[in-house]
Amino acid sequence: MNAPGAPTVDLQAILRETNVQEVLQELDRELVGLAPVKKRIEDIAAFLVVSKARSQLGLEAATPSLHMSFTGNPGTGKTTVALKMAQILHRLGYVRKGHVVSVTRDDLVGQYIGHTAPKTKDVLKKAMGGVLFIDEAYYLYRPENERDYGQEAIEILLQVMENNRDDLVVILAGYKDRMDTFFKSNPGMSSRIAHHIDFPDYGETELMQIAEKMLAAQHYRFGEGARAAFEQYLARRMQQPHFANARSVRNALERARLRAASRLFAERNRALTETDLTTLAPEDILASRVFQTAT
Amino acid sequence: MRITQGTFSFLPDLTDAEIRAQVDYALSKGWALSVEYTDDPHPRNVYWEMWGLPMFTVKDGAAVVFEVNACRKAYPNHYIKVNAFDNTRGVESMCLSFIVSRPKDEPGFGLERQEAAGRMVRYTTRAYSAAKPAGSRYE
Repeated sequence: MNAPGAPTVDLQAILRETNVQEVLQELDRELVGLAPVKKRIEDIAAFLVVSKARSQLGLEAATPSLHMSFTGNPGTGKTTVALKMAQILHRLGYVRKGHVVSVTRDDLVGQYIGHTAPKTKDVLKKAMGGVLFIDEAYYLYRPENERDYGQEAIEILLQVMENNRDDLVVILAGYKDRMDTFFKSNPGMSSRIAHHIDFPDYGETELMQIAEKMLAAQHYRFGEGARAAFEQYLARRMQQPHFANARSVRNALERARLRAASRLFAERNRALTETDLTTLAPEDILASRVFQTAT
Repeated sequence: MRITQGTFSFLPDLTDAEIRAQVDYALSKGWALSVEYTDDPHPRNVYWEMWGLPMFTVKDGAAVVFEVNACRKAYPNHYIKVNAFDNTRGVESMCLSFIVSRPKDEPGFGLERQEAAGRMVRYTTRAYSAAKPAGSRYE
């Protein structure tokens, strides 16, 4: 196909040098479910690798716009994915340092006139060379108060997102519906964000997998019947308000560990084995508030 | 007369890329950078105005260059320098300081002689521009 002697570029070599594959595999291994998100991240990674190859042949001068928005319910892994995204961008050389600065409205918006700009600029400076992760970004815009300083922060953000595109990548995160209204009322923001990624809720089986991963990481496991108890717990908890996916799972396990500890403490005269110390019994989970209210 | 204060001042003016390289070096050493400006560049004037606070939390040189450019925009005809401060316990002092921007026209310093008691002469240097009030010295 190529004319002989035409310069070529080796995508495999770029992948090898940058170890992007490794991060992607890690992402795949560590995060349960989230198939559409993983697909999008892979697409973006592929796009970046190809852009890098193009720039090696001198085809493209401008860096692609990399600002992203992660929308989804709480506990669906937005922060975790943002950390991985920073690693990918760092390995491909799109951000120089690869650190993530995670902020919310409080860190950007000041309390009196003239306080917002320096505060926002400070955060932006801190994030330069890395990724700025703005959690609950829709709080920046408060339409009910026209004198709200959030608008000022948004304007500075927009300016830096445009002018210092090589220096930092901004990731906005928040609930889907509220982010949609946020983008609708800030069209400038929406148009500067190249990648909108939606995080789906976890299913019950996925949540069970997450629970087991979390327990394994802390050297705990479900005892006999505890697994079934936890499945019941999840089924009930998911019906209740304020269910925060993986975060709720983590909190539930945290409380179960607490109960397991006091259960062991109650029978302190007995010599404990390693199994005792690492196993969650069904009663640790069934003692939850969720079961009491439902009966 | 070109003012020579701080590091690199006998070299030609640093380009932006060179400034960036120096800043990155300072950051790699863990020093905190700050930007200062003045229109009174007397050699004994060590108190220049601060352009914002020293940047202790910054990780990347882009942020410092960003501030330098903001300061240049606000004071196009002042002297601007970048300082690097090492806050290691026991060191706690400036490790690097260099001028990154200077006025287009530098009139320089005059030598004044004061005749004192007997035939003693006291010397002092005085910036020609310092005769004008602060803020309008390098227009």
